[in-house]
Amino acid sequence: MAFEGLTERLQKAMTNLRRKGKVSESDLRQTMREIRLALLEADVNFTVVKDFVKTVRDRALGAKVLDGLNPAQQIVKIVDEELTKTMGETAVPLNKSAKIPTIIMMAGLQGAGKTTTVGKLALKLKNEQNARPLMIAADVYRPAAIQQLQQVGDQIDVPVFQLGTDVDPVEIVRQGLAEAEANHNDYVFIDTAGRLQIDEQLMDELANIKALAHPDEILLVIDAMTGQNAVNTAQGFDDKLDITGVVLTKLDGDTRGGAALSIRAVTGKPIKFIGQGEKMTDLDVFHPDRMSNRILGMGDMLTLIEKA
Amino acid sequence: ANFRHVDEAFFDDLEDTLIESDVGYETAMQISEDLRDEVKLQNAKSKKEISSVIVEKLVDMYGEAGEGEDNSIHLAESGPTVILFVGVNGAGKTTTIGKMANMYKQQGKKVLLAACDTFRAGAIQQLQVWGQRDGVDVVAGAERSDPASVCFDAVKKAKAEDYDILFVDTAGRLQNKVNLMNELEKIKRVITREIPAAPQEVLLVLDATTGQNALNQAKLFKQSTAVTGIVLTKLDGTARGGIVLAIRNELHLAVKYVGLGEKVTDLRPFNANDFVYGLFKDVITG
Ligand SMILES: Nc1nc2c(ncn2[C@@H]2O[C@H](COP(=O)(O)OP(=O)(O)OP(=O)(O)O)[C@@H](O)[C@H]2O)c(=O)[nH]1
Ligand SMILES: Nc1nc2c(ncn2[C@@H]2O[C@H](COP(=O)(O)OP(=O)(O)OP(=O)(O)O)[C@@H](O)[C@H]2O)c(=O)[nH]1
Ligand SMILES: [Mg+2]
Ligand SMILES: [Mg+2]
Repeated sequence: MAFEGLTERLQKAMTNLRRKGKVSESDLRQTMREIRLALLEADVNFTVVKDFVKTVRDRALGAKVLDGLNPAQQIVKIVDEELTKTMGETAVPLNKSAKIPTIIMMAGLQGAGKTTTVGKLALKLKNEQNARPLMIAADVYRPAAIQQLQQVGDQIDVPVFQLGTDVDPVEIVRQGLAEAEANHNDYVFIDTAGRLQIDEQLMDELANIKALAHPDEILLVIDAMTGQNAVNTAQGFDDKLDITGVVLTKLDGDTRGGAALSIRAVTGKPIKFIGQGEKMTDLDVFHPDRMSNRILGMGDMLTLIEKA
Repeated sequence: ANFRHVDEAFFDDLEDTLIESDVGYETAMQISEDLRDEVKLQNAKSKKEISSVIVEKLVDMYGEAGEGEDNSIHLAESGPTVILFVGVNGAGKTTTIGKMANMYKQQGKKVLLAACDTFRAGAIQQLQVWGQRDGVDVVAGAERSDPASVCFDAVKKAKAEDYDILFVDTAGRLQNKVNLMNELEKIKRVITREIPAAPQEVLLVLDATTGQNALNQAKLFKQSTAVTGIVLTKLDGTARGGIVLAIRNELHLAVKYVGLGEKVTDLRPFNANDFVYGLFKDVITG
């Protein structure tokens, strides 16, 4: 697996450092090169990598030698701290409206996992808070998108509001919200169609839904396997919608998930949940520290500290 | 005289552009090295000259890695052709089948679809909508039924009723899920048992926005189902799909078609020239 090579290379760079009493500039350059490479192979966007590496280098050069830590340990520590800082320090919960319903709108590229995530979140709220959610089927474009949401609704026993595919999505949302009010639903989910952030017409549609519904939460759903392009997607959706959070899906795969770092860096918006499978229960709260570990194999690096 | 100047800045940009298109660090460096040599060799001086040398060389490089392959779809000489679609979740398998089925139907072929994704909510209905749009038949079983048995029924029907092409849709699965990969192998075995020369094509559907993980996808799907080619979807977005260069280099898997949107007509045969040009157009024109 590609990861092993990556961790091994980092280990080698660290071992070289460890032998020495103090870090020279060329040692540091070598180590930062390996870290840069590891981040790129983990799919962190290259401009984000540049900034990150610069921050770490500046800190490492300026750092006083700490008691009990050799130079190698110190660099690992700085990398870990900076990664965790970029990733957001703690888990951020879902926004909640003071009065019901809390409205949660989904957005994202085609096939990212929006519809599946709607079901997972609705089930989670139901299980944890005894919530009574309503899901609005506002994807009128993808073949059988409504049936998909309905089947999800059947599985988790949550009602779906739909008006077929011939009604404008904004109108569907308007009527769906009225229905939620009449039924005193405490959460409303708006499932939207996948779209490209450069598709002006469909992006306007989302802006119109937002203007009508005033969602408490606009969640951008992004596939964890996304490469360099994650920054364009995140920036595009955030510019248009001012998103409130991110859900990273398909982390049950063997991707490093560097997109997480890119998205955080360009939007500053918290990643709130991660998708870890296709089942309705496969949703977890996002932990920044675990994600940093995953991206750089920092878990392995930190055990190196102990050995160093 | 100012060649070195153009040269260095240009190649820095080029490396960044390559990395930004997801070809991967190693591939980016390797390509950029090769190109430096080539540019020197051809004594290209202006930026414009360099650009054309680069595009030419890259197309060659892409071609060389795939020497002896062709990117056409192989059809059976007689009896039904079976094309199996595999790939991770949400890549665009079902949509690509919808597009491709229409293409062959327009060519006068008798087309059948098999709804072997019995797992994901709405998957069967999604394929059925495509079947209606295209005016082609769909074999489907009950939700959660055994996909291999749906596949068996479809192959039987294709043989008995003289269909020209059978497209087999499968559920999305991540390549590290051993059970699901075994299920896929089983589907493939069912096909081969009924028609020894089939499946004539096993197409891996790859989302162009995917980063380095695509290499693992290609490796493991190739291992379990002997993938014969790639369909690169969602190239209408801002992602460039550069990872297929690395896949081509390491695994010798060629892209056969590209997806450029959600409409039935948004499918094109892969054109290496256009693709390479797309990867670099910012460096070249910018
Ligand atoms: N393995 C895995 N698969 C997931 C996860 N989340 C979603 N999926 C799968 O990804 C595919 C796409 O999910 P959808 O929920 O349909 O995605 P979407 O964003 O609604 O797609 P569109 O509506 O077409 O834009 C499906 O096969 C899902 O089962 C996850 O966390 N892990
Ligand atoms: N923009 C764009 N969207 C596409 C393209 N191909 C497919 N899609 C969209 O991507 C989403 C997922 O496509 P599907 O065909 O359902 O993908 P799949 O691989 O069958 O997904 P699963 O069966 O859930 O694994 C849908 O919203 C499609 O409309 C493409 O070339 N461009
Ligand atoms: Mg959806
Ligand atoms: Mg499908």
